[in-house]
Amino acid sequence: MLTETDWSTITLTLHLASIVTVLLLIIGIPVAWWLARTTSAFKGIVSALVALPLILPPTVIGFYLLLLLGPNGPVGQFMQWLGLGLLPFTFEGLVVASLFYSLPFVVQPIQNAFESIGSRPLEVAATLRATPWERFFYVALPLAKSGILTAAVLGFAHTVGEFGIVLMIGGNIPEETKVISLQIYDHVEALDYTQAHYLAGIMMLFSFIVLFALYSLPKNRPIRYGA
Amino acid sequence: MHNNAAPNSFKVQFELLLSNSVFSIDLDLPNKGVIGIFGESGSGKTTLLRVISGLQSIDNGLIQINNAIWQNNAFHLPIHKRSIGYIFQEASLFPHLNVEKNLAFSQKRAWVNKQSADSTLNQTEIYRLLNIEPLLKKWPHHLSGGERQRVAIARALMINPSVLLMDEPLSALDYFRKQEILSYLDKLKKELQIPILYVSHSSRELARLADYLVVLEKGKVRAQGEINQVLTQTDLPHYLQKDAGVIVSACVIEKDSQWSLQKVSFGDNSDSAELWVHDNDTKLGDYLRVQILAKDISIVLSKPIDSSINNILLSSIVSIQKDNQNMMQIQLRVGKNTLFSTITQRSAKHLQLEVGMKVWAQIKSVALIA
Amino acid sequence: MNQFKLLTLIILTCLSISPSQAHADNALVAVASNFTLTMKKLVTQFHEETPHTLRVSFASSGKFYAQIKNGAPFDLFLSADQLIPTKLLSEGYAVPNTQATYAIGKLALWSSDPNKVDPMGNILKSKTFNKLALANPKLAPYGFAAIETLEKLNLMESTKPLWIQGENIGQTYQFVRTGNADIGFVALSQIQNHQELSTGSMWEVPNDLYSPIKQDLIVLKHGENNAAVQAFLNYLALPKTQKLIQSYGYHTEFN
Repeated sequence: MLTETDWSTITLTLHLASIVTVLLLIIGIPVAWWLARTTSAFKGIVSALVALPLILPPTVIGFYLLLLLGPNGPVGQFMQWLGLGLLPFTFEGLVVASLFYSLPFVVQPIQNAFESIGSRPLEVAATLRATPWERFFYVALPLAKSGILTAAVLGFAHTVGEFGIVLMIGGNIPEETKVISLQIYDHVEALDYTQAHYLAGIMMLFSFIVLFALYSLPKNRPIRYGA
Repeated sequence: MHNNAAPNSFKVQFELLLSNSVFSIDLDLPNKGVIGIFGESGSGKTTLLRVISGLQSIDNGLIQINNAIWQNNAFHLPIHKRSIGYIFQEASLFPHLNVEKNLAFSQKRAWVNKQSADSTLNQTEIYRLLNIEPLLKKWPHHLSGGERQRVAIARALMINPSVLLMDEPLSALDYFRKQEILSYLDKLKKELQIPILYVSHSSRELARLADYLVVLEKGKVRAQGEINQVLTQTDLPHYLQKDAGVIVSACVIEKDSQWSLQKVSFGDNSDSAELWVHDNDTKLGDYLRVQILAKDISIVLSKPIDSSINNILLSSIVSIQKDNQNMMQIQLRVGKNTLFSTITQRSAKHLQLEVGMKVWAQIKSVALIA
Repeated sequence: MNQFKLLTLIILTCLSISPSQAHADNALVAVASNFTLTMKKLVTQFHEETPHTLRVSFASSGKFYAQIKNGAPFDLFLSADQLIPTKLLSEGYAVPNTQATYAIGKLALWSSDPNKVDPMGNILKSKTFNKLALANPKLAPYGFAAIETLEKLNLMESTKPLWIQGENIGQTYQFVRTGNADIGFVALSQIQNHQELSTGSMWEVPNDLYSPIKQDLIVLKHGENNAAVQAFLNYLALPKTQKLIQSYGYHTEFN
């Protein structure tokens, strides 16, 4: 049913999505925390930058990332100067591109979760001798748990489903940057619709299960006080 | 500059501009007992507590409790390093922790006692005082408003604070919950040796609990002092006029079960005054908090024999002053106790009252407030 | 570019491969999407017959152009046109004298309905179709060829209101295949397998109605001296390979 190549794209995709999700949370949580709490004038600029990938078409983002990260782009030249090599057409490049593209899907649910906590529980914790770090880890994070879970699922699912950017930045190279969506594209281009249907079916089923699980989760305890 | 402050004192001085309101506070507070903070909404009550706790930062000023300086012009101690217990208007229990874990959050971080061992309460006493045991395994959203507030108070106490800050802790509760918590607060007050700043816009709550009263008006201190001193000053703000009078602690000395009355005695043992009040299930020897309002005392020159009023005390006039409402405030002495009566200027003139005169004080009602 | 150049190239290549270089090598090949099906078949056979390994990446020629300019590690590029290999060469990303035509596309008017398109293509004049799909002439050589055909037949004005344009020839094929457009100009390679029409009905557009759709390959700088690339170029020149490419609906210059 599935060929060896199909399986390798599935493994590669899951590998990519897992790494990207972990990194997205590591980056997204502090960004969301800052956005939720700051009164800085830069809040608007940062919010807009984070949300940008929602608006630009993936191939357009892919094209500009390619220019930016390529050997003639500023980031590419900096990477070469550091002796780290270039990102496009490598697995690491896919990770970087997916991070950028999926960031709003991770930042926004977490930011909403942090904002809905309000300042009171953190103030209470402060009066109970909790240091700023303790307030974050023992109060803010547990209270934002469902938002963080939503963000992780969305970030993962979104990375799995990405096409335009990974085609542009990854180059559709077997075993390195060829993810499920690209494999489906190849099957379609090769007029091999049966294989395409299998893979697309698996993706649909996967996405459905993930989203169904997400939306079936018990809603977080209402964060309300008082009588 | 403030180094000469007495070690056992509680000073709060600051100026603050906050969303177009100016706060200019200078308070010299006792370092134990209940300090009532009274004022209409927007007068700065909550801001005062937030500044003391550090939740509201100020650029300069002085916050000093005993020997500890929390804020001066050069130094700002972060919130989590101030030894406070803060009880918010709504019981802000952590919704992700059950009652036991909410309390453990505080207990884990409790201040190791810095002063005498009896200045604070241990866990057993707190659980007993606030009846916490039955609630331990419950989640905050399964508690009633009163239960939540009890847990919040217990949690604030368990941090072992040197100041307790209570911001209208009863305002979110219905009448019966209020009574429930008030009775816990009465007990608490007797056992705690730390200052309790109690913010309220209810003069009744403050009459019941406060020993010391601060009246705030538009961000400034309008009056501060012992509660009886504040409530008997002649320039009392109009919104406190109805509360003018004295609050005394009285001992139950006699029960009259036939009429459901009890006799209480207050003041100096050798020269006490006695009042009949309704019986409220106390025992002989119990102490009651009794409020005698100035508007409830009328003055007669000869002892009436055909009055419905039970409490008619022989007293002498100590002073006669006109208050800011153009009423006459008569200070009376009963034995060694002081009472106040507010009467119209016409009555004072008509009775030809003078300092030193012996008159009868007819006390129309006596409120047992705790 | 003509067959002599390709032959010269192959001869030169054969000569240049010394026994020590003949060991199994790896190459990464960028292939225009419209050649996907044929390429997969070619690669399977190539792997059976030689020790070399090819990894093939499929995308549109325009994407490959952007990627190659930005450092993509491709060794060989099979474009859907002649323009992009020429540009890559002039910009210094390709090895000189390696550009060659590997296939010439044939245009067909096709419908997924077996009774729709008559063998003379008269349906274009009859207007008994809801839509006419064609590839964007600015982006896709097959689209340009479709426009040339319609101009030659003087059917531009009459059919224009019924056009729907695909971004590439693959999308155009899908419009017709899914029945959203009754007929469309597609590549013969998309609908023909082993000289048989896989499904529907078609009119193979005569060669004189459009200029040849030449698809060129070029060796990229990254693949200079790659034994697998050279071996694959040799393999492409074999008569049986040419036949195979023809059976997928292309014309080759070796006949």
